[in-house]
Amino acid sequence: MADTEQLKKIASQVRRDIIRMVTAAKSGHPGGSMSSTDIMTALYFSVMKQSPEGWTRSGKGQDMFILSAGHLAPVLYSVLARAGYFPKEELGTLRKFGSRLQGHPSVEHGLPGVFQAAGSLGQGLSVAVGAALAKKMDKEDNFVYVLCGDGETEEGQIWEAAMFAPHHGVDNLIAFTDWNGQQIDGTVDSVAGEGDLGIKWKAFGWRVISADGHDMDAILAAFEEAKAGKGTGKPTMILFKTDMGHGVDFMAGTHKWHGKAPSPEECENALRQLEETLGDY
Amino acid sequence: MKKYIDTGKKDTRSGFGAGLLEAGKADKRVLALTADLKGSLKMGDFASAFPDRFIQCGIAESNMVGVASGLALAGKVPFIGSFAEFVTGRVYDQIRQEVAYGHTNVKIASSHAGITLGEDGATHQTMEDIALMRALPGMIVINPCDYNQTKNATIAAAKVDGPVYLRFGRPSVPNFTPENEPFEIGKAYVLNEGKDVTIFATGHTVWEALLAAEALEAEGICAEVINVATIKPLDEKTVTASAFKTKAVVVAEEHNSAGGLGELIAGVLAKRRPTPMEFVNGADKFGQSGSPAELMAAYGLDAAHIAEAARKAIARK
Repeated sequence: MADTEQLKKIASQVRRDIIRMVTAAKSGHPGGSMSSTDIMTALYFSVMKQSPEGWTRSGKGQDMFILSAGHLAPVLYSVLARAGYFPKEELGTLRKFGSRLQGHPSVEHGLPGVFQAAGSLGQGLSVAVGAALAKKMDKEDNFVYVLCGDGETEEGQIWEAAMFAPHHGVDNLIAFTDWNGQQIDGTVDSVAGEGDLGIKWKAFGWRVISADGHDMDAILAAFEEAKAGKGTGKPTMILFKTDMGHGVDFMAGTHKWHGKAPSPEECENALRQLEETLGDY
Repeated sequence: MKKYIDTGKKDTRSGFGAGLLEAGKADKRVLALTADLKGSLKMGDFASAFPDRFIQCGIAESNMVGVASGLALAGKVPFIGSFAEFVTGRVYDQIRQEVAYGHTNVKIASSHAGITLGEDGATHQTMEDIALMRALPGMIVINPCDYNQTKNATIAAAKVDGPVYLRFGRPSVPNFTPENEPFEIGKAYVLNEGKDVTIFATGHTVWEALLAAEALEAEGICAEVINVATIKPLDEKTVTASAFKTKAVVVAEEHNSAGGLGELIAGVLAKRRPTPMEFVNGADKFGQSGSPAELMAAYGLDAAHIAEAARKAIARK
């Protein structure tokens, strides 16, 4: 398990991976991948009980992570590669013909670490609820984690799952939201008037934790607090406040980098701001 | 022609309920999920026998599909049940991503399919579901014809590894197939051998096809009747061989013309054995309120219309 300083170093490398992958692919979603990088790094290198050894889609005897916001594929692929699920050199194939690293996560192409396809939004939370329910039925002690985008939370199905999970006592489920406040067409509040997510999740019967999604100690503490939800009968939602495009000055805090690839010059500029800590792929 | 005895009218959805109970007894991985339609889907016996394996999802079909796929990841065999429209059209994208593209072992139990749902009217009478489910790569599509076959098909669906769309209906209809005949997925059942015309039928139209064949027999026409209980994968061998033999084909289905069994068989025969064909289906129209029998007649799906289509097909030889 990595300590805080190690996690920060991994996160820096993951951001480099994201920039290089999306630049090479000439398309993709760097903004949300970078806002959720610190959380995803903490999850895979400290929080989750997971291992690439003998990995199967059943998730038996392991914690599981379901990506609901499928366009955040770049950050998922980078942490999976860095955690040893597949060779890091494969990251360079993102979005290329014949690659296991599809534009949005797929299970058809057999990429280890991916439990379920994602891309059409609002569905992964339900999948995670089902996976967590199965673990309860099988008296397994593990958790299921799921990442939702704040824009994604506009989907009605999210709130169907929100009502279902506490009703069925799914307290081994830890959902978290990358609350960066941006979506393709603008700020989340200007597009959809989403308002205070905390009040909404509480009203649906969830434990709600808020934390700074770029403060590694705060992230780890939030996940620890979330784990204490087991036995309460309630699922937990962690609302991580984040900045889209975090870590690169010209990409931070704007929806313009939701789904746009950097130019080669922008890529160079970005990489100058991110330390190469583990060796580029 | 071969005689089929109606052993007493029963609804096919009760066949599903009975099959689900049997599947549940045979395999503890089998689960049942519903979106507030436990009674309509006849899941009550399963829920009483296995309360820990019955999951009430409330009126939230999209979530039900996702939850089922998550359960399937762990090796469960979830059956999700609702009315045909709400478990296909309403959740097409969820089924596409989480079940078909996601390759999860989810069984879609689709009741009240077609126009024979009756009085509730067109909002509930889906005539497009076969088209939607057929279009999904890897989806098995089964449309059994009576209580016994629906029960046996349910048991078979639980055993096969992969997504299955199982379509059945609301009204009581003749029950005439063997009680405990194991259902073979992918087999078209030849119910009556004939030489003048082949009537391919599926679901509720199979009994109507048998009645039509009886009427045709009185006119000296010997009709082959084939129950296409599995629409996908289609038993192309049986279909092609029969069309080659009779050289005239009718396809009868309680479904829209677009994307149904008729187009499917036409596609196969166009490639392998071009044959004069007539189609008995819901055309390209929405349904309306009425009794099942009234609607089957008004929309041209009953035995009289099938027999007339057979005469037309023969005349085109």
